[in-house]
Amino acid sequence: MGIFQMPSLGADMEAGTLVEWMVKPGDTVHRGDIVAVVETQKGAIEIEIFEDGIVESLDAALGAKLPVGAPLATILAEGAAPPSAPGAPVSKPVETTQAEKPAPEATMPATPPKAGPVEPGATGVAASPAARHLAAERGINLASVRGSGPGGAVVLTDVEAAASTTPASKPSKTAEAIAEMRKAIAAAMQRSKREIPHFQLSQVIDVEAASAWLATRNAELPPANRILLGALFMKAAALAAAKVQEMNGHYREDRFEPAAQVNLGVAVALRGGGLIAPAITEADTLALSEMMAAMKDLVARARAMRLRSSELTSGTLTVSALGEKGADSMTGIIFPPQVALLAVGAPKRRPWIVGESVMPRLVATFTLSADHRVSDGRQANRFLAEIDRLLQTPEAL
Amino acid sequence: MTEQDFRAAFVEELIKIAPDLEPDEIGDNDHIQDDLDLDSMDVLNLVAALHARFGLNIPEADYVRIATPALASAYLAAELAA
Repeated sequence: MGIFQMPSLGADMEAGTLVEWMVKPGDTVHRGDIVAVVETQKGAIEIEIFEDGIVESLDAALGAKLPVGAPLATILAEGAAPPSAPGAPVSKPVETTQAEKPAPEATMPATPPKAGPVEPGATGVAASPAARHLAAERGINLASVRGSGPGGAVVLTDVEAAASTTPASKPSKTAEAIAEMRKAIAAAMQRSKREIPHFQLSQVIDVEAASAWLATRNAELPPANRILLGALFMKAAALAAAKVQEMNGHYREDRFEPAAQVNLGVAVALRGGGLIAPAITEADTLALSEMMAAMKDLVARARAMRLRSSELTSGTLTVSALGEKGADSMTGIIFPPQVALLAVGAPKRRPWIVGESVMPRLVATFTLSADHRVSDGRQANRFLAEIDRLLQTPEAL
Repeated sequence: MTEQDFRAAFVEELIKIAPDLEPDEIGDNDHIQDDLDLDSMDVLNLVAALHARFGLNIPEADYVRIATPALASAYLAAELAA
């Protein structure tokens, strides 16, 4: 028997608010299944379970704000007997009294749930958990609400608008969510600057070959199958990370733990402010089209603030790209407990020497921030040189 | 469809990608990247949405021709009239 607990989704997380159960007692669950949705400073996070078994009981109620480590559910290993003795201590949810009789003011999450592209639930209507919650509370039929979220999903503001003739207070709620996320960023970045002895190396890389190859490839394809230059940068970084171990892993308890696989964090800027860096698992093994699909999916869900718990905690190296328009270069701050961060400036056409001639070429500045407790300039140099080498033969990526 | 219809359709797809934008506040000459802050993935998603809606496959070289609502409505009207 296992107790499924409120997970820590980062060093800065102290508590989360349970907003939705995706399972019920008696359900069979497998490692990696999403069992609950928890509202955090980083949005509504889908919580995965890390064991197989059967849900014996749900021990925490919706709306309850629970500290990291609090019991959420009891999971029986398959074939195991349920605890039968009435005296058997069953974990009690924290704040039970509040949770049992939800008082909206007291139990509403500090961070307002944001819109999410959510699969149609039992009602057959795509709606975010927060929208379902409010609709249930106010007795509103979700099917009668016009959805303004991604894919026409009903989001909280739609339900609020339907519930009241007063306009939904969208701007202030968004501002509040951004303020909460800013606190999470501040905590992580202050810790990084305090604990990690950063050093940075930059290299200007000629990406003309990569860009030209991609333009030819994309010219034959419909928009849905096109790939962005950023996906090539991500793939090159993932392959380089697999080769230069000192850039890929975590620093914990005074020692570096190299990672066995490359889970590449991608820094996603949110419209209106805020930044989040969910990870793409085993990014070095993905074909370019798979990398692009993974990035699209991650960006869409990050913007909707609907990520999975593993995506927030599994990253082994993060890439932050300024996109096709923007500044030439950036020196980033490492996202702890990772030990390196690659920042890619916007590619620009610049005079460049090729052979003995000066030519206009598309170039981009790659800046690696690394952790001096783990690596030196030598390894950082190898990492950047490897990316340069890989980007000269884009067809091989 | 008139150019005005195309503008409305373009703005509708734009709002799906950037739900924080207010349709009434988007100017004819607002640049989708410089003024409305779309990134390259947003632009790609917009082009894909227009492809799905109108069956028009906009090549990368023509992205500059849909960079503002005014440019886009003229472009869509011209391409789809042909």
